[in-house]
Amino acid sequence: MLFRKFSLLIYALLILIPLVVVLLTSVKTLQETFRDPLGLPDGGFKFDNYIAIFQEQTMAGYFLNSTIVTLFSVSLTLLLAAMVAFGITRMNNWIGNGLFGVFTLGMMVPAQVIMVPLYSLMLDLGLTNSLLGLILVNISSTLPIAVFILTGFMKTLPRELFEASTIDGAGNWKMFTKVAIPLSLPSLSATAIFLFVMHWNDLLYPLLFITDNAYKTLPLALLEFQGQYSTNYPMLFTGVIIASAPMVIAYVFLQRYFVAGITAGAVKG
Amino acid sequence: MKISKSIYWFFLPGLVLYSLFFLYPTFSALFYSFTDWDGLSEAFQFVGIDNYTRAFTGDSIFQKTIGNNLKFMLTVVVFQTLVALAFALIVIKNTKTNVFLRALYFFPTILSSVSVAFIWAFIYDPSMGILNQVLQLVGLDFLAQNWLGNANIAIYSLAITQIWFHAGQMLIIFVAGLQAIPEELYEVAKIEGASKWQAFRSVTWPLLAPSATIVVAYTTIQSFKAFDLVFAMTGGGPNNSTEIIATYIYDVAFKSYQFGYASSISVIFMVIIALITYLQFKALRSDRVSY
Repeated sequence: MLFRKFSLLIYALLILIPLVVVLLTSVKTLQETFRDPLGLPDGGFKFDNYIAIFQEQTMAGYFLNSTIVTLFSVSLTLLLAAMVAFGITRMNNWIGNGLFGVFTLGMMVPAQVIMVPLYSLMLDLGLTNSLLGLILVNISSTLPIAVFILTGFMKTLPRELFEASTIDGAGNWKMFTKVAIPLSLPSLSATAIFLFVMHWNDLLYPLLFITDNAYKTLPLALLEFQGQYSTNYPMLFTGVIIASAPMVIAYVFLQRYFVAGITAGAVKG
Repeated sequence: MKISKSIYWFFLPGLVLYSLFFLYPTFSALFYSFTDWDGLSEAFQFVGIDNYTRAFTGDSIFQKTIGNNLKFMLTVVVFQTLVALAFALIVIKNTKTNVFLRALYFFPTILSSVSVAFIWAFIYDPSMGILNQVLQLVGLDFLAQNWLGNANIAIYSLAITQIWFHAGQMLIIFVAGLQAIPEELYEVAKIEGASKWQAFRSVTWPLLAPSATIVVAYTTIQSFKAFDLVFAMTGGGPNNSTEIIATYIYDVAFKSYQFGYASSISVIFMVIIALITYLQFKALRSDRVSY
């Protein structure tokens, strides 16, 4: 029993210590970090790193870019995936199943596999260095898993509900907005959180398609920071905290949904 | 029941985007894998299976990346699964403390890989890193070293980071699987005088098999595809000791502009991943569990 509690404590510390160190380091100077990486800062916390990052202007821009890209990618992926899932569920024949197969095929292909041709396609279409470009590739990259999760859910909805609304004279669109969507809210919100985490944290696509500072998102900006400040950990960690803040705050309040969302993505992925 | 033709419109926007940004590049990768395209010029030549022959016989770095991928994957799969299972068994009951601990263990999953990379670069830092500091504190100085700079252990240092990052996610899947096992079975086992270990072996283990399959399959794919951590922490070094297939494709394509060759490696990578995913699907279908 004691051993169990001890193990739980050790694991908790393994998660907590790095996070506390990140917080502490961000309010220390580089010299203090060198002298005593684990210690408290001398003479109180210093918020100079935060001020420096925001004075360097671009942080607000990166933040805005990440917000725009994430919001549009998540909402559009959800909408399109829900439509496809609805279509597959309604048709329930070989065409529907075939389309399901085509869409979910995408889950088998990691982004790194298509990055080379995708890069030249984006160049040809003039979609590099654009938020629109990022949003479009984001949608197509997470559409497969979103379709997979949502189809799985919609297939469990009682067919009678759809049939009843047909009798009431509802067309497909009405059935989608008035029956399928409201009933699918639990799985839609789980998928939304999964997508939110994926897109907010994504590095690969911005790395490939964005070189202009004006269009960089937070993870890419952080990576550039690393080049700029190499081992200036106080500065790097300040960036980490700013970039992670929205996700962490959301997690604290919506924990249950986060866990449901990300594990749904994992199990069905 | 007849379904009106308007249903086809529901597929259109998704299908257009998906075909353009996913299907088309996938088939292009296949196409370019038989060429010597440099990614910049218009012209290229067909070289047949030369790229593939080169990957398997003439490219020692590529062969090394496969080995590195396997080392990374096996370490992560074995230890992450064990950690997740062991701790899931301890925090299975829904007490307040356990719910809090599960939330805490899950926490790293929501961080970006770049953030995790920085945190662990600091932990491993040879001069001011926490790991060496802690080792000194407890009198294990002789173990202190350059964790990411030593070609023999760098890949394992990365594997530990990956486990820290995702073990909590797998733990939750195990908890869900364990909680689905009916309590009565344990009571029966108890009445029949089974020891704790016997109960685990004859009740928990067989009924946990579906979740274990999911965890192992998912971890396998996730660790095989890992890119960000390696890219941000070591960039494949030192001396290619942490170069994995995904980072190698990036290097070949965007540092040495061999798009044709990079495409061939992509195709090989795709085949490996597809095989693993197929096995996962099969396992999922046969078990029919859902959460």
